[in-house]
Amino acid sequence: MSIDVDLSGFVRQTDDGARGIDFAIDGMTCAACIVEIEQAMKKIPGVEKARVNYSNSRLALGWKDDALDPALAVDQLRRMGYVAHPFELAEAESRDAEHAKYLLRCLAVAGFAGMNVMLLSVSVWAGNISDITPETRDMFHWLSALIALPAAAFSGRPFFTSALAALKRHALNMDVPISLGILLALGMSLVETANHQHNAYFDSALMLIFFLLCGRYLEQMMRQRTRAVAGNIAALRSPLAARVNADGSVTQVPTARIVAGDVVLVRPGERIPVDGSVVSGSSEIDESIVTGETRQCAIGEGAEVFSGTLNFSGALKVRARAVGSGGFLDEIERLLENAASARSHYVGLAERASKIYAPVVHVTAAATLAGWLIAGASAHDSIVTAIAVLIITCPCALALAVPAVHVTASGALFRAGVLLNGGHAIERLADADTVVFDKTGTLTLPEPRVANAHDLPQHLVECAARLARSSRHPLARALAQERPMGAPYDGAREEAGAGVMADVDGMEARLGSAAFCGLDVAAMAQALDEGASAICYRRGNETAVFRIRQTLRPDAVATVEALKRRGYAIEIISGDSAAATQAIGDALGISSCTGGAKPADKVARLETLKAEGRKALMVGDGFNDAPALAAAYVSLSPVSAADVAQASADAVFLGENLAPVAHALELSRVARNLMRQNLWIAVIYNSVAVPLAISGHVTPLIAALAMSGSSLIVTANALRAGAGADKDRAPHQPHARASENVRSNAGAVA
Amino acid sequence: MNILVYLVPVALTLGFVGLIAFVWSLRSGQFDDLDGAASRVLFDDDLDKKNS
Repeated sequence: MSIDVDLSGFVRQTDDGARGIDFAIDGMTCAACIVEIEQAMKKIPGVEKARVNYSNSRLALGWKDDALDPALAVDQLRRMGYVAHPFELAEAESRDAEHAKYLLRCLAVAGFAGMNVMLLSVSVWAGNISDITPETRDMFHWLSALIALPAAAFSGRPFFTSALAALKRHALNMDVPISLGILLALGMSLVETANHQHNAYFDSALMLIFFLLCGRYLEQMMRQRTRAVAGNIAALRSPLAARVNADGSVTQVPTARIVAGDVVLVRPGERIPVDGSVVSGSSEIDESIVTGETRQCAIGEGAEVFSGTLNFSGALKVRARAVGSGGFLDEIERLLENAASARSHYVGLAERASKIYAPVVHVTAAATLAGWLIAGASAHDSIVTAIAVLIITCPCALALAVPAVHVTASGALFRAGVLLNGGHAIERLADADTVVFDKTGTLTLPEPRVANAHDLPQHLVECAARLARSSRHPLARALAQERPMGAPYDGAREEAGAGVMADVDGMEARLGSAAFCGLDVAAMAQALDEGASAICYRRGNETAVFRIRQTLRPDAVATVEALKRRGYAIEIISGDSAAATQAIGDALGISSCTGGAKPADKVARLETLKAEGRKALMVGDGFNDAPALAAAYVSLSPVSAADVAQASADAVFLGENLAPVAHALELSRVARNLMRQNLWIAVIYNSVAVPLAISGHVTPLIAALAMSGSSLIVTANALRAGAGADKDRAPHQPHARASENVRSNAGAVA
Repeated sequence: MNILVYLVPVALTLGFVGLIAFVWSLRSGQFDDLDGAASRVLFDDDLDKKNS
C-alpha cells in the first residue's frame, strides 16, 4: 500500500503561475541551518525561491506552475533531520502582521515630523528669550504647522478611529482624551500662529503621538511573536492524517484538511487525528487526554473516539464526525458555552483607570475655563489655559503605564516558557490565590515513562531501548525514549501483538509480552502495581521487566512545594480513579484530592471556590478539563494539551517541567505591582502638572519636558518586569525547541 | 537670516528622504526576519563561485 502526501490545499497560487507554500520547521538550532536548508531546497529541480525566516522558524518555497511537488521538499528536509509541516498563515496572525506594519508606518511618520518640528520649536524657544524677530517666528510656526498637520492626520489615525468607535458606542476609552488632546493642541496652535502669538504646541501633539505609538507597536509585536510561536506549535503538533479515499487508496493529508464524513486510517501507535466514530477495526486506546483515566479501554465498531487519544493494538478506520452529532462532545460544548457566558467580564486595570480618568480631566478643564472667566480673564486667555490643561493631562504616561508592563512581562513569561492567549491574563494570574491541578498529563507527563530504568543494568536498558526503536507500540516508544540517541538494530522484526526480536552480537534478543519472552505470565501480573504496564526483555539468560507508567513531571514535587510556601492553596481534581488521584496527592503532599470527577463536577468545584471568594487558577490539559479551564478565574494548559483545552486556557506553558506555572504566578505578581506603581507615577505627574496648567504657567517647553519625562519614567519602570525573569529559569526544554529562536527575539523587544 | 530660505528646505528634504527609505525597506520585507538577517551577513556562500 503506497501512501501519497497531498499538500495541494496549502499551495498559494497567483495568476501569473507562481506558486508558493509555507512550512513551519522544527529542528533549526543555529543560524547555519539557514544556509543548509536554503541550499538543499534550491537543489530540488523547479524551486525558484527558498527563503528561511529564522525569527519564526519558517520556510517559504516558490516555484512556477506545476514544476514541483512540495512533498519532495518535506521529504528532503526529513532526510536532513528537520521536521517540516505545511503551514497556512492563520487569519489572525496575518491581520496582526498587517496591523504591526501599519503602526510602524505611523510611527515612522510621527518620528520624522516630530524631529523636524522639534528642531523648529527649539529655535523658537531659544529665540523667544533672545532676539528672534516676529517674522521669523511666524515663519517657523507656519512651517511647523505645514509638517505637523498632515503628519498628525496620518499617524494619529489609530487613536482617532478607536476614539470615534468608542464615542459611537456612547462610551469613553483612553483614546478619547488622547484624541481630544492632540486635536486641541493642533487647533489652538494654528489659531495662535495666525494671531502671531509667542507659543505653539505642534511639537507636543506630535510627541504625544510618537510616544503612544511606540507603546502600541511594542504591544502589537509582542502579541505577534506569541502568535507566531503558537502557530508553529499548532502546525507541528497536528500530524498528517491518513485519509482513505473512495477507491480504497490512502493519502496523507494535513489534519486541518479532513472534513466531516472522511474516513481516516489509524495504525497502532498513532494518535487518532479527528473526532469521530469507528467504522471498522477494534483496538485498545488510551483516552487519558479525554477523561483523565490512565486505564486503557477496549473499543470496537461504532465507538465514539476523540482526537488526541492514543491507539494501542489494532488498526482502526474512523469516520470524522459532523458537528453536533451528540454524545460526550456535546456535553463538553454545552458546559463550555455556559462557562464562557458565566465568566465575569473582567475589567482590566487600564480600563478601570481610564474610566475614572477621562471624566476627571474634562471636568477639570471646564472648571479652569469657568474659573478664569469668573476671575475676570479675557475669553482668549481662559480658553488657552483650559486647553493647556487638556494637553498636559493628555494621558500619555497613563496610556503607557499598563501596556509597557504587559510587553515586558509577556516577554519575560515567554522566556520562562509561557505563552499568553489573552491580554488580561497577567492581571488575573496575579490575583490567583488557589491552584487547582488536573492530574493526568498536567501533574504527570503526557506520555508514560519507564519507572525502573535506574534499577536495571545499564547495558541491558541500552539494548532494550534500541530494540524498542523498531516497534510502533506506544509502550515501546516510552522505552526507546530512555536512550534518545540509540540506533535501531539491523534486521529487527516486529511480530504484531507480541514484540520485537533482533540478533544482537550473535544472540537473539527479544522485547515484548511476557509470553513472547518466555517469562512466567502469572508471576509478572502479580508484581505489577495498579496503573503500570510491563515490557519484558530476554537475551539468552538475561531477563528484565520494565515497568511503564505515568510518572510525575520531573519538578512537580519542588514546584508544588514552592507554591505552597508562597501561600497558595492547592487542590487536585481528576477524572481518574480516586485511588490513583490519592496516590499522586500523597506523593506531592496535597491533601485535597478529588478523583472520578466528571467535567461538570470540575466546573462545580470551581464555582464553589468562587462562591467562597477564592480566585482559582486551573491547570489542566484534557478534553474534559476544557469547561473547567473556561470557568476558572484564570487557567493554564501544558502545550501537550487537547486543542479545545488550549483554546479555553488563558496561557499555555511549554516543556516537560511544571516550573512555568510557578514562574507565571510570580512574574504576574511582579508585573501587577509595576502596573500599580506606574499608575501612581502617572497620578503624581498629573498632580504636579495640572496645578501648573490651571494657574496658566505651562509653556510648550514645560509641556514637552513634563510629558516626555513622565512617559520615559513609566517605560523605564516597566522594564524592571523583565529584569528578574531570567534568574532560576527552567533549563533548556526539548518541547520548546521550535520557539527558542523567537524567544531570544522577544528578549530584544522587551 | 536669508540663509534659512534654503537651509530649512534642505533639512526637511533630507529628513523626508530618510522617511521614504524607511518605508521602502519596511515594504520590501527587510524587517520581517531580524534574527536571520543578523546571521546572514556572516555567511560567505555567495563568494564560493568567484574565489574558489
